[in-house]
Amino acid sequence: MDYSQFLAMKQEIGLLVVFLLVFLYDTFMPRSTQKGLPGFAAVMMLLLTAAGFCSCCLGASCQTSAFAGMYESSAVITAIKNILNIGVVIVLIQSIKWANSPAMAMRRGEFYELLLVTLFGMYLMISARHFLLFIIGLESASLPLAAMVALDKNRYESHEAAVKYILTAVFSSAIFLMGLSFVYGLTGSLYFKNIYFAINGQLSFLLVIAIAFVIGGIGFKLSLVPFHLWTADVYQGAPTSVTSYLSVISKGATAFAFLVVMAQVFGSVYSQVWEWMLYALIILTITIGNLFAIRQRNMKRFLAFSSISQAGYIMLGVIAFNAMGVAALMYYVLVYIFSNLAAFGVAGAIENACGKVSIDDYRGLHRSNPKLSFAMMLAMFSLAGIPPFAGFFSKFFIFTGAINGASTAIYVLVLIALINTIVSLYYYLLVVKAMYISEEESVVPSFRSALSERLGLWITVGGIIFLGIASCVYTSLLDVTDMSALNAYFIK
Amino acid sequence: MDVTVPILILAIPLFMFIFLGLLGMKMTHKLAGTLGTLGMGTVLVLSYYTAFNYFFSGAPEFVNAAGDRLQFLVFDQTWLQFTESLVIKLGFLLDPISAMMLVVITTISFMVHLYSLGYMRDHHGVYEHGFQRFYAFLSLFSFSMLGLVVATNIFQMYIFWELVGASSYLLIGFYYTKPSAVSASKKAFIVTRFADLGFLIGILVLSYYTGTFNFTELTSIPVEGMAGVSQVNLDTAASIRSIFENSAAPTFMGASVLTWALVLIFMGGMGKSAMMPLHIWLPDAMEGPTPVSALIHAATMVVAGVYLVARLFPLYLMENSSMVIITVVGAITAFYAAVVACTQIDIKRVLAFSTISQIAFMMVSLGVARPEVHEGLGYMASMFHLFTHAMFKALLFLGAGALIHAIGSNDYTAMHGLRKHMPITHITFLIGCLAIAGIIPFSGFFSKDEILSACMGYDWVAYLWMSMVAGLTAFYMFRLYFLIFWWKEHKTPEGHHAPHDQPWTMSLPLIILAAISCVAGFIPFGKLVSWNGVPYDFMAHFNWGVAAVSLAVAIAGIALAWVMYKKENSLPEKFRNAMPSLWKWSFHRFYWDELYMFITHKIIFGIVCRSLAWFDRHIIDGTMDAFATVTNKTSNAIKTLQSGQIQMYVWWYLMGALALGVITIVCLL
Repeated sequence: MDYSQFLAMKQEIGLLVVFLLVFLYDTFMPRSTQKGLPGFAAVMMLLLTAAGFCSCCLGASCQTSAFAGMYESSAVITAIKNILNIGVVIVLIQSIKWANSPAMAMRRGEFYELLLVTLFGMYLMISARHFLLFIIGLESASLPLAAMVALDKNRYESHEAAVKYILTAVFSSAIFLMGLSFVYGLTGSLYFKNIYFAINGQLSFLLVIAIAFVIGGIGFKLSLVPFHLWTADVYQGAPTSVTSYLSVISKGATAFAFLVVMAQVFGSVYSQVWEWMLYALIILTITIGNLFAIRQRNMKRFLAFSSISQAGYIMLGVIAFNAMGVAALMYYVLVYIFSNLAAFGVAGAIENACGKVSIDDYRGLHRSNPKLSFAMMLAMFSLAGIPPFAGFFSKFFIFTGAINGASTAIYVLVLIALINTIVSLYYYLLVVKAMYISEEESVVPSFRSALSERLGLWITVGGIIFLGIASCVYTSLLDVTDMSALNAYFIK
Repeated sequence: MDVTVPILILAIPLFMFIFLGLLGMKMTHKLAGTLGTLGMGTVLVLSYYTAFNYFFSGAPEFVNAAGDRLQFLVFDQTWLQFTESLVIKLGFLLDPISAMMLVVITTISFMVHLYSLGYMRDHHGVYEHGFQRFYAFLSLFSFSMLGLVVATNIFQMYIFWELVGASSYLLIGFYYTKPSAVSASKKAFIVTRFADLGFLIGILVLSYYTGTFNFTELTSIPVEGMAGVSQVNLDTAASIRSIFENSAAPTFMGASVLTWALVLIFMGGMGKSAMMPLHIWLPDAMEGPTPVSALIHAATMVVAGVYLVARLFPLYLMENSSMVIITVVGAITAFYAAVVACTQIDIKRVLAFSTISQIAFMMVSLGVARPEVHEGLGYMASMFHLFTHAMFKALLFLGAGALIHAIGSNDYTAMHGLRKHMPITHITFLIGCLAIAGIIPFSGFFSKDEILSACMGYDWVAYLWMSMVAGLTAFYMFRLYFLIFWWKEHKTPEGHHAPHDQPWTMSLPLIILAAISCVAGFIPFGKLVSWNGVPYDFMAHFNWGVAAVSLAVAIAGIALAWVMYKKENSLPEKFRNAMPSLWKWSFHRFYWDELYMFITHKIIFGIVCRSLAWFDRHIIDGTMDAFATVTNKTSNAIKTLQSGQIQMYVWWYLMGALALGVITIVCLL
């Protein structure tokens, strides 16, 4: 075997180096310096992100593949990994205060190591062009997350969440593997390319069931309805930093991987089979996510259901099944990273400062903490898709991408999604109303959040505004997509 | 050409706005004002550098071998891509008029920044409340106006068009505790927004047929072998017209669709440039601080409409009817505003109506410009008048500001005989009046004379009409001048200081602008700016007869003012009593405001809105309420799904996956 092939996995190697450095720091640096670990991890991750943007360093601008086509990288894959890296940097910055709290003193390193391992798994999922590698990625992106959910050892909910998460994860893997074994039985290969050409538009009952199971298996990580029931409990129980990681990075990575699988493996039966499966799932996901979000009083549960309905919007980029959809999906993920992390940043800051987690506790917040409530308001506006904030453009582009598919049914789907944005506007504005309009005797006391939290909020709020003004970022993503090899498979 | 300087020209004011807006309150008033002024000073230097480079460097992207001036896209960045063809770009277009506007805007803006350091504080040197906010808004305005003039496409222009509208709104309402200022700012915003509706529809119609927003694609042909360089050419405009003529519906309600598009776009210009009947906001806009009036409502923003027409001039040439509309609207407005200005007693109102009248001069000049008449003299004259008017009108406004600051009132019945007390203000104000009246050798003479020559070449009725308005201009300006500086001796009320000249920050801009007004007429403007970039010597088209007549008319107007207002006498009273109804109509500005009030309150609010309100309350609200109730009930009904039991979760999971497959199979069968 030619070991130089490993060098094709530039970003994975970079991430591995970061992981090893964090691990060595955690293991061998004296105890007195351990408080520097979160900052160290954030800086390392920042360097990795910067390196990823540079095509002469870690970023690949042309298509490369390794291990007999099991692994593939190209400009578009580099772009999505860079987007995830940006999100991870923000999550790491936001987690610094929590990771340095006394309760976390013994487990600080575990959080960062587990997080980097799951990110490695996501990288593999995105780059995999063989289901073996894909499964390895999927599992290493899932199982360590259960440990991260349980990190809050003293809280009962944290354990409950971890158990629910791991049981559902195992179950989803079972379903996914079941579907995969059908596929293998039908086609005799696990290479994406081989399966694609073996199917070649031929329908069979087994194939339909297989596709349903594959969607079900991956739908767990995306928390598509009805595979979403774990989401709220886990989001609520997990430490806030883990929740934000789970809701943004894990979801964004899986969405792209899902797109690759559906397009490159089952692309030939798009209009017969999975367009309609996805169609139903999107309607269910957006609507049910919204209907549950309306009822939530706990901030983290609220954000959980909001993220379920956002996942439905992201899926519009998959169902679009064209280059615009791919670019719009990536743009949506990027914007969603900033918007959702801003919301989690504020929620985390308030939770860290005074332990309040209910939306009712946010009443009158603008008087005691005007900057925090302003950041939260921008996050809510962006999530709801109000111009000129980034969320408006991401929704706009993803709708445009979907409509470009140009079947009447898709128009109906986009219309339903549009109506749902009105519902979502209601509950996002409930938070704004609580902060700015409702009067309360006992408001959250005024406090100054930690430097790391403020830095995180500055970055996210800046991103929300910047991406709203400079939506030309989308154009550059579209350019990348045009050059990518993904298009070669898009045969309608 | 290097892109750094153009980017800095836009970036510095934007940065100053954000910087002063966010951190202004954390620094002292003086520091904030100084920083704002220094920032604008830098932009001034960079703009002069750019304009000088454009006009005199002779680089091949600016001037071709024959000496024709070219249009150059310094950069043109895609900002928003809706579809393959619907792309919105942001860029920087350098051509004769944008280079000229860069000079005008930065000069006036810098003068106003400097002047406000003295103006925005009271006699004891205490700064006004919101001083930092004032400078932040000034920077925002400068940024928007610069972005407007360098726009490479009509959509970018529209964006910045709205931004100048917004900053104008913010600055008119600067004294937001004063109800009159608040209502003036709202009025300005609503009236111009209403006009912009027409503008937007015009843009959409135009771009729907032509498939482009870019000015260069609408009016110019690219120069071979040089990226981003193009030259204004009538053939392009003619091919645009043929697109409309060959379209499915070449006419709409009797006029061609292109005419409709152009007139609707002109409607936006009418709103911003205060042409009748959309002029009503400008006199009220004088509620803002005086430096703001000088910058926005005299020199820069209000000429945006003229600039817009000049930008699309080759297209307007294609439709004669649209040019006639521009001419007629301009001619009526010029006369109307001049008549009203003769009777107002608020110094800033007089200047406001004079501004309306002078902008109408520029519009008429564009409307009568034809390539075959004196090589398009009207276009050049209009731009020249824009330039000279900006300088002397800013001078007059800043002078008025100095008077108001000294006296404490806008009403010039309180100001008489001030020439001895405020010599600098007096001399500079006199120069401004001479310039606007059109006395040789001050700048206004040259530009106005060219406008009249252009009118003469087009049609003698237009020429006579505009000459009459020029005479009126001289009369009302000198009426103002004599009433303020002569009439009778100034009496200082008990316990007040005698009025005196203002500190150097306020006097220096007056002196500089007065100096410019003295010499600007000798700029060989035809060599720099012309409709198609081909330089020409306007002396070749100079008409001594026209010059003599316009001078005579101006002197007659001044003489009349001299007789009536030099010394206190009863002549004005007699005139007033001789024509009581004309005086009354003029004093009440021909009751335009009352007419608008009647239409909006009685007809629109009273009749149209009432039925709409019923529809809104019962049908729309009812539907929304029902929608909300259903949503809420459904949400309540399904809440048990989220039971918290993992067994149930997994059960649903399995059922979901199976159902997905089975239902698809059933549908496929």
